[in-house]
Parts: sequence; structure tokens; C-alpha cells
Amino acid sequence: MGTILIDSLFVFMLAGFIGFEVIKRISPLLHTPLMSITNALDAIAVVGAIVLVGRSETPMAKILGILAVIAATSNIVGGFLITDRMLKMFKSTRPTKS
Amino acid sequence: MTDFFGSQAFIGFVYLIASALFILSLKWMNAPPTARRGILAGEIGMVLAIGGTILQLGTEGKLEHIAINYTWIFIALGIGAAIGVPLGMVQMTAVPQRTALSHAFGAFCVTLVGTAEYYLGIHSPAGMPGFKMSVLCCEVILGGLTVTGSLMAAGKLQEVLPQRPITFKGQNIFNLGMLAVAIGIAVYLVHNPNASYLYPIMVGIAVVFGVMLVIPIGGADMPTVISLLNSYAGLSAAAMGFVLNNKLLIIAGALDGSSGFILSVIMSKAMNRSFTNVLFGAFGQVQAAAAGTQEDRTVRSASPEESAGILAAANRVVVVPGYGMAVAQAQHKVRELYDALTKRGVDVQFAIHPVAGRMPGHMNVLLAEADVPYDHLKEMDEINGDFPQVDVALIIGANDVTNPAAKTDKASPIYGMPVLDVEKAHTTMVIKRSMNPGFAGIDNPLYYMPNTLMLFGDAKVFVSNIVKELTGGH
Repeated sequence: MGTILIDSLFVFMLAGFIGFEVIKRISPLLHTPLMSITNALDAIAVVGAIVLVGRSETPMAKILGILAVIAATSNIVGGFLITDRMLKMFKSTRPTKS
Repeated sequence: MTDFFGSQAFIGFVYLIASALFILSLKWMNAPPTARRGILAGEIGMVLAIGGTILQLGTEGKLEHIAINYTWIFIALGIGAAIGVPLGMVQMTAVPQRTALSHAFGAFCVTLVGTAEYYLGIHSPAGMPGFKMSVLCCEVILGGLTVTGSLMAAGKLQEVLPQRPITFKGQNIFNLGMLAVAIGIAVYLVHNPNASYLYPIMVGIAVVFGVMLVIPIGGADMPTVISLLNSYAGLSAAAMGFVLNNKLLIIAGALDGSSGFILSVIMSKAMNRSFTNVLFGAFGQVQAAAAGTQEDRTVRSASPEESAGILAAANRVVVVPGYGMAVAQAQHKVRELYDALTKRGVDVQFAIHPVAGRMPGHMNVLLAEADVPYDHLKEMDEINGDFPQVDVALIIGANDVTNPAAKTDKASPIYGMPVLDVEKAHTTMVIKRSMNPGFAGIDNPLYYMPNTLMLFGDAKVFVSNIVKELTGGH
């Protein structure tokens, strides 16, 4: 258990620093799409829920897992979709009008 | 070979690639030209991770001779996708509440998985090791409070709940007391994981705490709250990664957590609040102190015709949009104004305050939706020095972010907050419904300055009248 904890803490620490450095550089112009894409990425929690449903060890675990998969999947689909819609709107030169 | 595709090494490798793609995804989000590539990277990472997990689950099932319930996995994925599509297609003006809602969904998933893991853990022969139990408590406490906190925020933004702060005496002590009790229970559970009657109480307190955390918060403070809830949702997912020993989850959670954290810091700096002030959820304090003295001061107003004349004669115009523009849905009319003025050779830029609107970057998205080119959207620090050379500063639905009292009046509740120096422009025009003080109830001395013109009316109607003057009278 001890080494697993230390490994996980190392990963968490490094990912935290990477996140800090990467996100610091993101233009304030894109803060709203940033929030919607991190939301979609965060929904990777769905993998934990998928394991619960797949194993269905108890009826309770199965039901909680199904609800969790639904919630996370809606975030994945909705998050990527809206981020894409937002980014499509950001144009630097005006589109030529007829 | 099939064994390899479901082995521990394989899934570890898939998660490694997915982690790299997630980091690249955020890296590419730094500027508009590469940002859409960032989405693609995120999507590929996500599909790989989900596909790999299902494959590995199949192999585990074979090894342990248990049937894997694929049917329900795919039904749940399908239902989730069906809910996700309309959530991804909402109007741009509804993005703040949609974002708050998705924080609630993410935290809901994490809390449910944590709860299932708890009950599976205490009934398994191995029991619940102290370390696993402690991170599980972090996971469900953070998750639980984020669910209800985000739902409250979404309700306030959608205006199904009152936007004004609801406060009562001893609120902070009461809230901190609740949190302390929840943490106390968590500590007890770490030592006695089988005291399962305490588990629902702990989660229940976290859920109530989430409600209590957000009710004292007013609409103008929503950018900070949404960022903070974003951070909590990320940290709860990272805690879930510790529970499941899943490095990909830890990485995604840490990225989301640091993103929310950075945004909260930016937002709190832009409102001149200390970070501890933000952490303890005492966002609503400004309102309590606000009491503008109403005395008779002269205000100059102008008609759409007069405003159009002044704007057309200008060389350089800076538009300052705020939440009022979003409420009035005026962004498309503002774009028409931008077109009409640009056609006359006027240089038009937009000054975006970090906390203008209801979430970080809100104004940029609305103006981009209306087809305003993003190179004309300027950050506060970028444009503030230019105001003395600006002929007209046109303020549409923004109030506190233009209040010069923040620089001069020590008694003002927003004293010290960085603001846009609009009063330095040759002429400042403010589109406003009436002289009623804004949401926060703070008087704005800008409106009584000699070079300020008040344009009374609905933002959308007023801007479209100016546009009519500019295009029709030419």
C-alpha cells in the first residue's frame, strides 16, 4: 500500500505542476472553452464507473455505476461538443460576405 | 494476443497514451489556431481509455470466471450520450449555467463511484485499508459538496433561484462547523471503516454544506464560484484516482483541479479578494457593505442620434461589454455597430475585464459567437494604458468593472479592485436602463462625470437605434 500511495502522490504532484504551467499559458480569450474541455476530460472518471457496472458485484454497485456512467458520459459528449462549437466561432479575420 | 489486449500492461500503456493526449489537449488550448486540435487529442484519449477499460474488463472476467455486464455498460453510455448532446447544443448565453451543471454531473459520478466502492470495500474480505478510506472520504466529501454547490450555482445563473445573496448571522461559523463535523466523521471512519451508519451522515453533511456554501453568493461573484467548483470537481476525481489506483484519473483530476485553481486565483485577483476569502466561501461580503448615498448630482444623457454622431466622428472607439449585454442578448447588435463604425474608418476594439459576465471568458465567447474577430478583443492590462487616446469608451451593461471609485474612494466596497480606466477617454458613454445602482448596489461616480453621457434604454434596442442612424443617415 505504501509504495502505491507514494507512486500516486508523485503522479499527482507532477500532473499538478504540469497543469499549472500549461494552463497558465492559456489566453484569457479561451477561458470558457478551457473550462468546458477540462470538464469533459475530468469525466474520464467514467472508467471507474464502467468497471462497477461491468462487474455488477452487488445490485447497489450496479445501479450507482449505471447512474455514474450516464452522468460522466453526458459530460464527455456535451463537453467536447460545446467546446468545439465555441472554438469554431473564434475567428481572427472576418469571413467574406456576399 | 487477445490476452495481451486486456492485460494490465496493455491497459497501463493505453492510459499512458491517454494521459499524454490529455496534457497535449490542454497545451493546444492555449491559442485559437491550435485549440481545435486540442479537442481532437482529448477525444482520442477519451475513446482509447474507455475502449481499453472495456477490453481489460473482458479479460478480467475470463480470468475470474465472472460474466461482464456489457449490456448495461452500453445502455448507460448511450443514455449519457443522448443527454450530452442537448447539453452540448445550448445557446452561448446559457454557457455559465451549463458549465455549473456539468460540474455537478462530474462530481455526481465521482460521489456515486466512491459510495459504491465504500460498500464493496467494507464487505470484501480485504476490508477497507486506512489509506484507501481516507482518500475515499476526500473524494465523497468534495464530490458531494460540489454536486449541490454547482446545482445551486446553476439555479442562480438560470434565475430559477434568487440571484441575490442569502445570508444569516453566524453563517460562516455554522458552515465551518458543518465541515468540521464531516471531517470528524471521516477521521472516525478511517479508523473504523465498518461503522457504516456514519457514512450516509458524512455524505449528507457534505451535500448540505454545498448548498450553504453557495447561497450567500451573489450573481456578480459567480466567475469565482464556478472556477472554485471546477477545481473541487477536479480534486474529487483525482481522489477517486487514488482510491482506484488509476493514474489516468489522478492526472486528469490534477489537470482539472489546477485549471480551476488558476482561474479562481485570476478571478479573485480581478475582484481584489484574497484567496482565503475565496476558499472560505465568503464571497458575498461586498453587498453587505454597500450603501450608496443618493444625492442630487447632474447627469447628462444623450439620444441614439446624438450618440451615433459622436461615434461616427471618433477615430478610436473602445466598447466595454458586461453582463448586461448578455442579459439583453445585445451581442449581435453590437457586432452590427462594430461593422457600421469599421466601415466608416473608426478603429473599434473591445475591452474585456476578467470578471465581466458570469464565468471566466464569458464575454469573449459571446462576442466570438456574434462574429467579432478575436484580435479585436483586448484584455484589461493590454488596453488600460490606451484610454487617454480613446475618443469614445462605450460601456454596454458593465458597471462595477468601470467604477473609478475602486481607485480613489477608500470607503467604497470595491476599493482596490482593478478596473478599466474608461473615465480617461475623451467621451464615455454608458448604456443603462436607469440610474438604479447595479446588482451590487454600489454607486458609480462615473455617471456624474462631466465627460460622461448616459444612454438610457435597453442595450439591444439602443445599440440597434445607433446602428440605424449610422447606416440609414449615410
